[in-house]
Amino acid sequence: MTAATVDRETSGARGDQPPVPDGAITITVKIMRFNPEVDSEPRWESFGVPALPTDRVLNLLHYVKWYLDGTLTFRRSCAHGICGSDAMQINGVNRLACKVLVKDLMSGGGKHTTITVAPIKGLPVHKDLLVDMEPFMEAFRAVKPFLITYGNEPTRERIQSAADRERFDDTTKCILCACCTTSCPVFWNEGSYFGPAAIVNAHRFIFDSRDEGSQERLDILNDAEGVWRCRTTFNCTDACPRGIQVTKAIQEVKRALLFRR
Amino acid sequence: MQFHKYDVVIVGAGGAGMRAALAAATEAGHAPRTAVLTKLYPTRSHTGAAQGGMCAALANVEEDNWEWHTFDTIKGGDYLVDQDAAEVMAKEAIDAVLDLEKMGLPFNRTPEGRIDQRRFGGHTRNHGEAAVRRACYAADRTGHMILQTLYQNCVKHGIEFFNEFYVLDICLTETESGPVCTGAVAYELATGEIHVFQAKAVVFATGGFGKVFKTTSNAHTLTGDGMGIIFRKGLPLEDMEFYQFHPTGLAGLGILLTEGARGEGAILRNASGERFMERYAPTIKDLAPRDIVARSMALEVLEGRGAGPNKDYVLLDCTHLGAEVLETKLPDITEFARTYLAVDPVTEPVPVYPTAHYAMGGIPTNIHGEVLRDNDNVIPGLYAAGECACVSVHGANRLGTNSLLDINVFGRRAGLSAANYAANHDLIDLPENPATVVQDQVSLLLSDHGRERVADIRTALQATMDANASVYRTEETLKQALHDVQALKDRYAHISVQDKGKRFNTDLLEAVELGFLLELAEILVVGALERKESRGGHAREDYPNRDDTNYMRHSMFYKQGDGLKSEIRLDYKPVTFTRYKPMERKY
Repeated sequence: MTAATVDRETSGARGDQPPVPDGAITITVKIMRFNPEVDSEPRWESFGVPALPTDRVLNLLHYVKWYLDGTLTFRRSCAHGICGSDAMQINGVNRLACKVLVKDLMSGGGKHTTITVAPIKGLPVHKDLLVDMEPFMEAFRAVKPFLITYGNEPTRERIQSAADRERFDDTTKCILCACCTTSCPVFWNEGSYFGPAAIVNAHRFIFDSRDEGSQERLDILNDAEGVWRCRTTFNCTDACPRGIQVTKAIQEVKRALLFRR
Repeated sequence: MQFHKYDVVIVGAGGAGMRAALAAATEAGHAPRTAVLTKLYPTRSHTGAAQGGMCAALANVEEDNWEWHTFDTIKGGDYLVDQDAAEVMAKEAIDAVLDLEKMGLPFNRTPEGRIDQRRFGGHTRNHGEAAVRRACYAADRTGHMILQTLYQNCVKHGIEFFNEFYVLDICLTETESGPVCTGAVAYELATGEIHVFQAKAVVFATGGFGKVFKTTSNAHTLTGDGMGIIFRKGLPLEDMEFYQFHPTGLAGLGILLTEGARGEGAILRNASGERFMERYAPTIKDLAPRDIVARSMALEVLEGRGAGPNKDYVLLDCTHLGAEVLETKLPDITEFARTYLAVDPVTEPVPVYPTAHYAMGGIPTNIHGEVLRDNDNVIPGLYAAGECACVSVHGANRLGTNSLLDINVFGRRAGLSAANYAANHDLIDLPENPATVVQDQVSLLLSDHGRERVADIRTALQATMDANASVYRTEETLKQALHDVQALKDRYAHISVQDKGKRFNTDLLEAVELGFLLELAEILVVGALERKESRGGHAREDYPNRDDTNYMRHSMFYKQGDGLKSEIRLDYKPVTFTRYKPMERKY
């Protein structure tokens, strides 16, 4: 992306800086900025941030926000990869800022390290790294992501064998961070595609032995915007911070569609 | 400014809030118009970070009954638990788990296909004989599964959400019979617009305030907003001096490693490799309740037996569990240790130290989730559940898994109570100018009246709380903490927010949150100073014993006067006893 770049000195940007810990190095954090209240288009801005190799990228963003520029805007909550708030492009790939450590991004041979951070792609940017999640959540809700059963409920729990439980374990791990969906070239080009995350969540129920709604869900995914749009690029699997075999799950849904009835 | 009208407004979309919404929508026998307001996005709430399990005496794998669960909860809470409430929770736990299974929650299964159960701290067979398998679980992602399952069911039932709506005030209307809750006021993050929600019933499910500490398992967003709002309204908060430190936080980081690890057999060791919990809790050892384990760990470090270059942590040894157990039953914590400390639990013990984890205290409610305005009266139309509430089922120390249970049992109860109340009452007029407090608060923070930075004050607050008000406390450290917090409050009056915009102003949001943190930290410290005994999560080095003669009572904190510089008035509330007499607590 072409955008003007502004470099900002670390010192004096917003009062005194906190003490720099022993062993810290200065990292350049280059951030895609965009605030529609003041900007006509996105721009790059760079900040010098003292960081330890064990710091998370989220720590660096916090440093910028807390000490250099309070207007920098992003979502975050749990800070250890569970809540799914802080998906962003870090050095061009979709990651959770709280799950990437500086040491894994450091340049070799004593070279100065620059880390670029940009919003996830394919969703409208509201401000800086914060995007509109609604199109993503809409796709999730569209696949009926809930257990569907008919008939009377048992008095106790439903019986499910450990093997049947294991069958859909991988896709229960999804935290709806959107790393997968916004790494998908099909989603970038055709925003109407459900995207990997919605299919992962459909998979979680299609392969749950307790569920009786598979046909409804498969009908939805058989749609023009559904599972057949997948071109098996594996970007989604690479992007998933939970290690879900996303592409495999999509293939299993395709197979379920081919072999049903 | 925008106005909305609902029957029920739920504030918070974690486990308690969504369980309340589902109860209101599906179990009340009618369908009240319900809105869920959350300052985050659904599924971002910190329920998702809970790991180990949710206890219920299903007796799927060994003999168990809810009476034993009740007893363990009361003893675990160092007898400050209201026993009627604990009974309700343990009894309804069974249906709470079964309800979640029916909603689709993917519990781990026994070979027979039943919900599997594992051991957890303080949960015992027959009143303390030995650890019992009571915790229903889904690997070490039980909270994640609960949060996802509840949200999935909210989608199924078309529950209406207002995402990134930050509630900053409630509306109380004075009537002949006293104040009645008539709504809530929210700041919309996307636009900066203020929304007034008129409602027949409001349920607070806003979570905890772990961010008063530096080392915490809590999310950045856990800033005690709900408790702070209630307190500022002149309503009481209960037992705020009781804050739980979870024994096994990743050393230096505070990231939670589930007690379920010890439930599966992991062992705590000091620098010399000794299993030190054998000395502190000879019967159930590493599965003693959290307060006892956290204190023991802190003592090991204080007495020079800590591990590592600075001898400032102990070790959680999982190496004998084997890769299979770690990968299938404890996969997330295995990954956390690898990612954040570069330690592989399969082959090396993991450095751990207590981390600020859970507020036992909060907004006082009765067992129906109704919020108390003093020891005897409720505020009609106002409910609370989950970590922000104090029923009190956790007393002075919560047992592991009982928080996931609490949100389900009392979230449901609060939702049902709110729905039933809404069905039988009309909307009451809002007070005059209901949004004034919020408008003034926002415009004051956005105006230029100082150069103090949010991050500096928050960092100083967290430092003094870690140093002076954590696992062990003394008169001296607490006085220091109180002095520091009050000085920080003075500085907060000169706070400067750099972002003056209306669009997603998270700079402003953090400033508001800091105000709540300061308020709650002060209450915690005042309560800890006044309680001259050691009980559960409140350990005073200068008063090492429990003192039932003087302190077998709940603390009730009231705000006196306006503004941040107000005084705190401390009152007391009796503990409810049913069948269990206080005994010395041994494990």
